[in-house]
Amino acid sequence: MTKTLVWVEHDNATVKDATLSTVTAAAQLGEVHLLVAGSGAQAVADAAAKIAGVGKVHLADSPAFANALAENVAPLIVELMASHDAFVAPATSNGKNIAPRVAALLDVAQVSDILSVEGPKTFTRPTYAGNAIATVESSDAKLVITVRGTAFAKAASEGGSGAVEAVSGGGDAGLSSFVSAEIAKSERPELTSAKVIVSGGRALKDGPTFEQVIFPLADKLKAAVGASRAAVDAGYVPNDYQVGQTGKIVAPEVYIAVGISGAIQHLAGMKDSKTIIAINKDEDAPIFQVADLGLVADLFTAVPELTGKL
Amino acid sequence: MKILVPVKRVIDYNVKPRVKSDGTGVDLANVKMSMNPFDEIAVEEAIRLKEKGVATEIVAVSVGPAKAQETLRTALAMGADRAILVQTDDEVEPLAVAKILKAIAEEETPGLVILGKQAIDDDSNQTGQMLAALLGRPQGTFASEVTVEGDSVTVKREVDGGLETVKLSLPAIVTTDLRLNEPRYASLPNIMKAKSKPLATKAPADYGVDTAPRLKTLKVSEPPVRSAGIKVADVDALVAKIKELGIA
Ligand SMILES: Cc1cc2nc3c(=O)[nH]c(=O)nc-3n(C[C@H](O)[C@H](O)[C@H](O)COP(=O)(O)OP(=O)(O)OC[C@H]3O[C@@H](n4cnc5c(N)ncnc54)[C@H](O)[C@@H]3O)c2cc1C
Ligand SMILES: Nc1ncnc2c1ncn2[C@@H]1O[C@H](COP(=O)(O)O)[C@@H](O)[C@H]1O
Repeated sequence: MTKTLVWVEHDNATVKDATLSTVTAAAQLGEVHLLVAGSGAQAVADAAAKIAGVGKVHLADSPAFANALAENVAPLIVELMASHDAFVAPATSNGKNIAPRVAALLDVAQVSDILSVEGPKTFTRPTYAGNAIATVESSDAKLVITVRGTAFAKAASEGGSGAVEAVSGGGDAGLSSFVSAEIAKSERPELTSAKVIVSGGRALKDGPTFEQVIFPLADKLKAAVGASRAAVDAGYVPNDYQVGQTGKIVAPEVYIAVGISGAIQHLAGMKDSKTIIAINKDEDAPIFQVADLGLVADLFTAVPELTGKL
Repeated sequence: MKILVPVKRVIDYNVKPRVKSDGTGVDLANVKMSMNPFDEIAVEEAIRLKEKGVATEIVAVSVGPAKAQETLRTALAMGADRAILVQTDDEVEPLAVAKILKAIAEEETPGLVILGKQAIDDDSNQTGQMLAALLGRPQGTFASEVTVEGDSVTVKREVDGGLETVKLSLPAIVTTDLRLNEPRYASLPNIMKAKSKPLATKAPADYGVDTAPRLKTLKVSEPPVRSAGIKVADVDALVAKIKELGIA
């Protein structure tokens, strides 16, 4: 039976949701073992061991792993891969950074961003901004895969009883060091796991206007806030708000696009949302081609009115 | 310091890709092709480092068909000094591209290799990380700021929750994100000048790299199409619909 090694996404304190959909994908391949690489991450390993369906949890605890530097964790993963058949990581910024480094060290091709498991070595994955879905079969002895979170249900975070086992290996490769992080703290739900998202585009004019128009609607709906690339590039909101081919991939119950035209790169990140609502003053905007509900209106009057009436 | 910039010829980002009816791939016949947008950002960054006096020479490399020459000429017109085309009509996977780039890096010994974070056709997001692994060098992926100082480079990275800064010892591999810079347009005189800049043509075999794919594409299909829904008349109608959805 295939033994998979799943990268646990965490912040040295809690297991991130992206791990749960990755476990679901890995379980379709075989036995699920987890890797918690971190520093002072015992609590993460204990929580990870409770995820439904999990076997062993490998805990690699070292200051060298505190920030998931690829140079330090890739050799560790390569060592563990001697006794596993597949390395499976979420397509998060950590997963995308680390997995290809592992794949190259193992001399295998990586299958990025899988949408489904079709067979022991066969997967579907999006290409061309999601405009072409490729079914690919790997011919390598071992698999290295990243998983698109929105394509797999989340495994239950309780119910499992994996055994935590300490592993050593890797360490500081002496190539790179962590300097600092600017991670925005927000009371709002996280984009990739939110049930409702309100996104704003270039039409929002500037940062303060974006806040005045979009935030109250988001708060009313307990929604996460997203943005188009144009809005991020113009500095209305931080870069991690970007939804799209090269930003976050989201699939909430309801996605509300405000003043967003609907370029293919934006659609790539949100067109799997269950219900799409678009507010745009241009009735021919491409966003209306994917929207379940469209309102042709000036957002500066329509959105405050909507917020007020909800 | 020399900078190596790998550039890929891909479908233009403004074109809507169409899947071929026989399910073998995307129809690229008579479709506008351009330099991968992230690679334009990589070329621009290299040029800025040269303008700052950090870099001395910029070498652009492309692995692809004869027509990838055009992509390399674009890089030369923007400001790269010379180019290498590793010519092949096969589709080369990121791992094999990384192996070719490794061989070139060993010949050219660049202080930095700046790649795009992702090619907008295969959407793999792998090559830079793989190259870093094969060379045993550090990687600064998804860069939004690159600062070279002495024998190290500081890279600000776009990560899930915000930004992260790492310091890498040189030589290093950097992959670009959208906010790193805004690429310049090549001026007409520079386009003319680029025609006489050196462009060497090689083959994967010159670097001893086997480009046989490891992934077999069994099928390429269209994603499920979303059909357009309805337009509501006014805000009141929208409010009613949103209430039906049960989110407010
Ligand atoms: C390599 C690459 C990667 C990219 N990745 C992404 C990505 O991940 N995500 C992404 O979003 N984009 C991405 N893009 C950019 C994408 O191509 C578009 O440029 C971008 O999505 C446009 O953003 P926008 O819809 O906000 O702006 P615009 O296209 O300018 O649209 C603004 C819209 O607002 C409407 N509007 C204006 N005023 C009002 C008003 N008062 N009331 C109502 N409506 C109004 C207009 O009718 C228009 O439809 C990428 C591009 C490239 C080249
Ligand atoms: N065939 C190629 N020729 C030159 N550079 C490439 C090629 N394929 C990928 N690259 C580089 O690797 C980056 C990431 O590509 P990918 O891993 O395919 O998403 C691109 O932005 C390019 O900089």
